[in-house]
Amino acid sequence: MALIDLANPTRFLALTARILPWLAIATAIVFAVGLYLVWFAPDDYQQGATVKIMFIHVPNAWLAMAVWAVMSIASIGTLVWRHPLADVTAKAAAPLGAAFTFLALLTGSLWGRPMWGTYWVWDARLTSVLVLFLMYLGVMALWHTVEDPSRAGRAAAILTLVGAINLPIIKFSVDWWNTLHQPASVFRVGGPTIAPSILTPLLVMALAFLLLFVTLHFAAMRNEILRRRVRAMWLMQAHAAS
Amino acid sequence: MSSFSALLLRDMRLAVRVGGGALMGVLFFLIVVTLVPFAVGPDLAQLRRIGPAILWLGALLASLLTLDRLLAADHEDGSLDLLLMGTTPLELVVLAKAAAHWITSCLPLVIATPLLGLFLNLEPLAIGAVALTLLAGTPALTCIGLIGAALSVALRRGGLLLPVLVLPLTVPVLIFGVAASNAAIIGPMSFGAPFMILCALTLGSLVLGPFAAAAALRHGLE
Repeated sequence: MALIDLANPTRFLALTARILPWLAIATAIVFAVGLYLVWFAPDDYQQGATVKIMFIHVPNAWLAMAVWAVMSIASIGTLVWRHPLADVTAKAAAPLGAAFTFLALLTGSLWGRPMWGTYWVWDARLTSVLVLFLMYLGVMALWHTVEDPSRAGRAAAILTLVGAINLPIIKFSVDWWNTLHQPASVFRVGGPTIAPSILTPLLVMALAFLLLFVTLHFAAMRNEILRRRVRAMWLMQAHAAS
Repeated sequence: MSSFSALLLRDMRLAVRVGGGALMGVLFFLIVVTLVPFAVGPDLAQLRRIGPAILWLGALLASLLTLDRLLAADHEDGSLDLLLMGTTPLELVVLAKAAAHWITSCLPLVIATPLLGLFLNLEPLAIGAVALTLLAGTPALTCIGLIGAALSVALRRGGLLLPVLVLPLTVPVLIFGVAASNAAIIGPMSFGAPFMILCALTLGSLVLGPFAAAAALRHGLE
C-alpha cells in the first residue's frame, strides 16, 4: 500500500483504527522509560532537583514549534496539491499545538520562579512563544468562524503559512537578542552541550511527547473526518426534506 | 489611466465620503491618546517616557479600525467578484486598496502625531522620531492588516476576528517602531539600526501582504 492511499479518508480511518492502540501502548511505554530515566537523572549542581522541570518544559517547547511546522506542511498540501486530508490534519493539530505551547509557557513560568525570581519576563524567547500561542488561538478562531470546512481550511492554510515566519524567530531569538532565557544547548552548531546523563532522558521524554502528539493527532483526525461525515448527512437530510 | 490608479482613486474617494471612516481613525487616535493619561496619571515625566509607545499603540489600533471595511464593503455589493474576474492581477488590486487605505487612514495619523505628541509632553526630537517611524511603519501595518481583511472578508459574524489575526503579526513592527523612537530620544543605541529593520519589515510586508491577501481572496471566495 502506497502512501498515497492514505489520502482516501476511508482507508485512513481503517488504517488508524488498526494502529492507534499500538501507538497508545508505545506512547505509554516510552513515557514509562523516560520517567524512569528522569527519576534517576543526576541533579544539577546549581539548580538541584528543580532542573527536572526541563524534561517536561523542553519537549513541550520543541513540540509547540514542530506542530506549527506540521500545520504549515499540511497547509501547503491544502493549497498546492488539494490533498483531501491536509486541512483535516491542520485542524486537528491546532488545539494540540496550542496545548503544548501553553504547557511550555506554564512549566517555564513555574521553573522561572525559583530560578530567575520571576514568573514572567519579556525577553525575546518568551515573548515570541507567547505570540506563537496567540497565533494558535487565532487559527483556531478562524476555523471556528468560517462555516464551510473546506473554505475554512484554505483560509487557515494561508494564515498558518504567514505565521510560519515566527518559527525561525523563536529558534534564533536567544542568539539574536542576548536576554534572560538560556541559549541553544541541543540544536546548535557544534553539537549539544548537555552531558549525556541529562541529554538521554531529555531525548527519551521528547520522543514520548512526540508519540503522544501523533497518537492524539490521529485520534483527532479520525474525529474530524467523522464530524464532517455527520455534517454531510445533516445537509443531505435537510436538502431531502425541503 | 491604468487600472491600478483608477482603483486607487476610487478607493480614496470612497474612503473620504460619508461612511468611509478615514478621518474617524484620527478621531479614535485622539481619543485613545487622551484616555491614557486618565489611566496612568498626569505625571508629565512618566508620559514623556511612555509617549512613543502610546502613540504607536494608538496608531496601530486606529489603523485596524478601517481595515475590515476595506474588502467587506466591496464583497457585499459584488464589486469584489468583478475585480476577481477582471484582467488586472489580484495582487495589484489589493495593493491599490492597501495604498488607498494607507493614504486615507494612516497618513492622517502621521500628520496628527505632532499635535498628540504635545499632549504627551514629548520634545520636538521625540515627536519627529515618532512621526518618522510611524511613516515608515504604517505601510507594514496596512499590508499585514490586508491579510486579515482578506481572510475575514466573507464572514458575517467576523467581529473581533480580524484584530485577533492581525495583531500578533504586527508585533515586530510595533517593537521596532518604539525601539527606534526611544533610541532617537534616549539612546546610546543608534536610531539607524531599528529604523532600518522597520523599513525592512515594511518592504517585506509590501510583497508578502498583497500575495497572501490575493491568495486568501482566491481560495476563500470560491
